Formats: sequence, structure tokens, C-alpha cells
Amino acid sequence: MKIVVCVKQVPGSNDAKIDPETKRIIREGIKAVTNPFDTYAVEEAVRIKEKIGGEVVVLTMGPPRADIVLREGISVGADKAVLLSDRAFGGSDTWATSYALARAIEKIGGVDLVICGKQAIDGDTAQVGPGIAAQLDWPQATYVMAVPEITAAGIQVKRMHEDGWDQCEIKLPAVLTVVKDINQPRIPTLKGRLAAQKIEIPTWTAADIGADPALIGLNGSPTRVVKTNPPPERSKASLKLNGTPEDSARRLVRELRLRGLV
Amino acid sequence: MMANTDKARVSYKNIWVVAEVMGGKVQKVTYELLGAARALANKRKSELWCIVMGDGVSRETEALFHGGADVALTIDDPRLSRFLDEDEASALVRLIGKHKPEVVICGATTRGRALIPRVAVKSNCGLTADCTGLDIDSENGDLLQTRPAFGGNIMATIRCSNHRPQMSTVRPRVMTALKPDPSRTGRIIREKLRPTEITDLKKVIEVFHDTENAVNLADARFIISGGRGVKGPEGFKLLKTLAERVNGAVGASRAAVDSGWVPYNHQVGQTGQTVQATVYLACGISGQIQHLVGMQSCDYIIAIDKNPDTPMMQLADVAIVGDLFEVIPALVKEIPKT
Repeated sequence: MKIVVCVKQVPGSNDAKIDPETKRIIREGIKAVTNPFDTYAVEEAVRIKEKIGGEVVVLTMGPPRADIVLREGISVGADKAVLLSDRAFGGSDTWATSYALARAIEKIGGVDLVICGKQAIDGDTAQVGPGIAAQLDWPQATYVMAVPEITAAGIQVKRMHEDGWDQCEIKLPAVLTVVKDINQPRIPTLKGRLAAQKIEIPTWTAADIGADPALIGLNGSPTRVVKTNPPPERSKASLKLNGTPEDSARRLVRELRLRGLV
Repeated sequence: MMANTDKARVSYKNIWVVAEVMGGKVQKVTYELLGAARALANKRKSELWCIVMGDGVSRETEALFHGGADVALTIDDPRLSRFLDEDEASALVRLIGKHKPEVVICGATTRGRALIPRVAVKSNCGLTADCTGLDIDSENGDLLQTRPAFGGNIMATIRCSNHRPQMSTVRPRVMTALKPDPSRTGRIIREKLRPTEITDLKKVIEVFHDTENAVNLADARFIISGGRGVKGPEGFKLLKTLAERVNGAVGASRAAVDSGWVPYNHQVGQTGQTVQATVYLACGISGQIQHLVGMQSCDYIIAIDKNPDTPMMQLADVAIVGDLFEVIPALVKEIPKT
């Protein structure tokens, strides 16, 4: 089984600041980490490999320094890594990102399964996973909370929904996006850390994956961010209650009643 | 990317809402979207269509008209009783190509977030996730989509001027449904699934509806959420009693979930769910940033903690300093049974 895991480098802090001039997010000085959901995707891929054999390739698109997240993947059991990096990819929205990743997956070749995290914590869109599936015209399963069965031909997954879950059987190749509940990611071993340090990671450009220049970067992105604003301020008129429990409860219920909330 | 020409763009008209259907029933979020989309359609002087796919959905059309739709386009098919993203996406892509809507809006639910990105890629158009505000340029039909990014620390406004249709998802409880108007009527268009759209790539073999422990955090008006201070599964029973009293849902911090006190589907925050309830009552949750980003858009935040100085107590509209094991029973006593 050949599995590709798509990982993303995200700012480690949510205290993002906006540059008032460019209206863009200031990323300098903010530590970059692997998107938390992607660590579950890597773990699930490694577990599948350990169960039925195969190979795990971690793939990311980003600046040259995004190799860090690929090395993290190697340290916990992935076998190979590919970095998709080219200025031409800059400004890609989810359409253009899923296009570029899909072309890279095709170039990797012979892939049976793609696993992504449910969403990235910076953009929060959850659109790239299903986007890759659509670009490749493969079936998909999102919000996957368990993989009860997997063979060379097919896979069974449990999908989380608001009102419960369902279990489905999907033909391979396919794309999965996984939630945190699916597993408990392992800690890298010393051997894993050494492998991560040593591995040679190829960098692929837009030309390397045969990307149509009109479909990547800003050109390939139908959406445009036209402005960014700070969110509306929360009112600071807070009420502090530190009397007896009965007194606090009475006063809170009165506040709720005034607002028609109970 | 192949942008639509100016001439092609004007051939797209009308606002579409893709209905959220569970068990053949149109869900509340759809009516909220119809409420928001009605204003857009009025501004553009165009029609509001609701696209409903599922088993038995023909029964739902009247309610959609009452909720603001002018047209209900149905695909009523028993094969859609289960969620097959690929097949629904193929049908929707075909319908979009045929009827050319200017705007397509869908609920940012687990189903919507699986279906619509697939449709957007195949229809070569832009998609903006989790919009909290939608406005439309009455002249050129450009949709102005506002969404939070970076855990709500930034509001971004997004346009897709060169592509039609323009697609957005909106979370439940963000928009407001119209008051149902029983005098409103509309037109029904019945479509069918094409054989090529039934791909056989996926088979749903088992469905489990968790009615007993349903934790529809996205839909809840009232969320009673517990953290480390709740101390164990017993404490969460107490929270559940209060949640039942106010018809709310039980949420949890990552610490409580990782300790095994409640299942993961209760988790609020960066690696759980982002919620937008009217009232969020945080019990014994210190308020790490990863938790705050998942709930700080709630309208009215209440915190109960022994420590008055936690980030959650600072953020809250009402901060109750005290022992939650005393305050919550007192609250249960104060709130009458309904």
C-alpha cells in the first residue's frame, strides 16, 4: 500500500498580528509547527503500513523551510518526503492548493491512499482534502474517526457526523481526512530523529509536477482576500459574582432572564 | 485559472441554498441560510432557489417556500438516504452547469464541508468556508464574504469577482431564519439522479444515530462546558443535568477529553469544534488559547471557577468565583423545569 500524507506548516501561535500596511498576517518571528490534525494523519498512515505493509510519503507545499514538518513525519515513521516549493505557488487558495497537491500525488505515482488532517488550524477551511479528491476524481471520506478494515482493494472507515457516525466501504484509490479521535500519535524514537536529520528531501517546482501556470498561485485562485479587519471588540462590562453559591446562582439566573435566555 | 468572461458572468443568476438533509428532513441550518440568502436575492432582484437532495424530500418543499425560497429543486431518491458525497457532488455539478446560479450557499456542517469543496473544484469556482457575513454588490453580483481566520483573531473579506458561481459555507446558528410565512408559495422543479452519477465507489454499510448522547454543539443555543475542574465523569453528569434543564449541549476542554471523562465529540477548541452558541457556560476551564479560539465568538460567556484570575474568568461576561459542585446544583434549583 502506497500512502501519501499531506501535511501543512502552520503558525504555532494563534496570536497572529496583521501588518497595518499590507493587511497581511505577520508570520515572521512566529514559530511554525506541523498542523495538529496532520500529526494524526501521519500516525494513521504509519499504522496502516505496519499492519499491511507498504510505504508512507509525506508531502507538503510551502517555503523551503517547510521541510521541518516533513522531517517530523519521517521521525515518526514515514519513509519518504517531498517538498513542493516554488514562488509560483504563492498566494494559492484552496482550489489552487488542491490542484498542485493532486499533480504532485500523480507524479509520486502508484498511490493507493491519501490521508490529510481534517483541516488546518490557520485557515480552518477543511476544503483541501475533498479538493484533492475532486482534482484526482477519487472517492473521499471526511471526518474519519476510525479505519476498522483495510485491504489492497478497499477500505472501511467510520465518519463522524453531528448526529452520530456512519461506516462505509470505499474503493481505492481514495482520499481520507481524519479527526483527532482516530489515534494517539507516537513520540519520535532516537532512530526516527536520526533518520529525519539524514533524509534527503527532493524539492519539486511547478514545472516538475507539470502544473498549468494558469492553475497555480494567484492565477489559479478564484478567491481574493480584499481586506482584513480585527474582529469586533467584546464588551468589557463583565460581572463578577463571589457571594454564596445560592446568591451567585440567583443573580446569574436574573441576568439570563433579563436577556430572555432562560 | 479560466475566469468567466464578463459576458459569461451575466448569464449566471439567482441565489442557491443547498439544503442540509438528515433522515429525509431538512435541517434548521437550511432555514437560517434561506433567511440570509433571501436578503441577497432581494438586493439582486433575483430568485432564491433551495436545492434538496435526499430520500423523501418532496414532502419538505412547502416549508422551504414558507422559509423564503421561490423555487425548490428536488432530487428525491431512496439511494440518497445515506450520505454519498461523490454522487451528490456529481448531481450538483450538473445542476449548476444547467441552471447557472450566481451564488451557492451551503451549511458548514460535516456533510456540507465534505460535499461543497468537491463541487467547487469540479465547477472551477471559488469557495469561502465558514462565512459569518454575506453581502452582495447589487450592480455586478459580486458576493462579499466575511469570515474569521486565525481562530477568530482576524476577519477577512473575500471576493471571487471573475468566477461564477460564487460559493460559501456558513456555520449553523450564524444566520437567522425568517419567521415562517404560510402564505408564501413557490415553484417545484423535480430532477433525477443520472445513472452515471451513481458511482458505486462508496457504500454506506452502517449508520449510527447517537440520539441518547447527541452532542450537536454546532446547533446548541446553550453549551455547558467542563474542564479539568470538573474532576471526572461524575462531574460531567452534573453538567448534563444542567444542560438538560436549559435544553443545551455538554461541551468539554481538551484536558477533560484526554482524561477520558467525556468522548471527543464533546471537545470545543482548536482540535475539537468551533462553537457559536448564544450562551457558553465554562465550568472549571482555565481557558488556554486553544480552547478560547473555539468558543470566543459565543454571545454570552459565563465562567465558574475557584480561581478568579484564569484567562476564562477574565474573558467571561459573568464570572462566578466559587465551587462548581455547589454553584451548578444551585443553578439547577433556580431554573424551573420546562
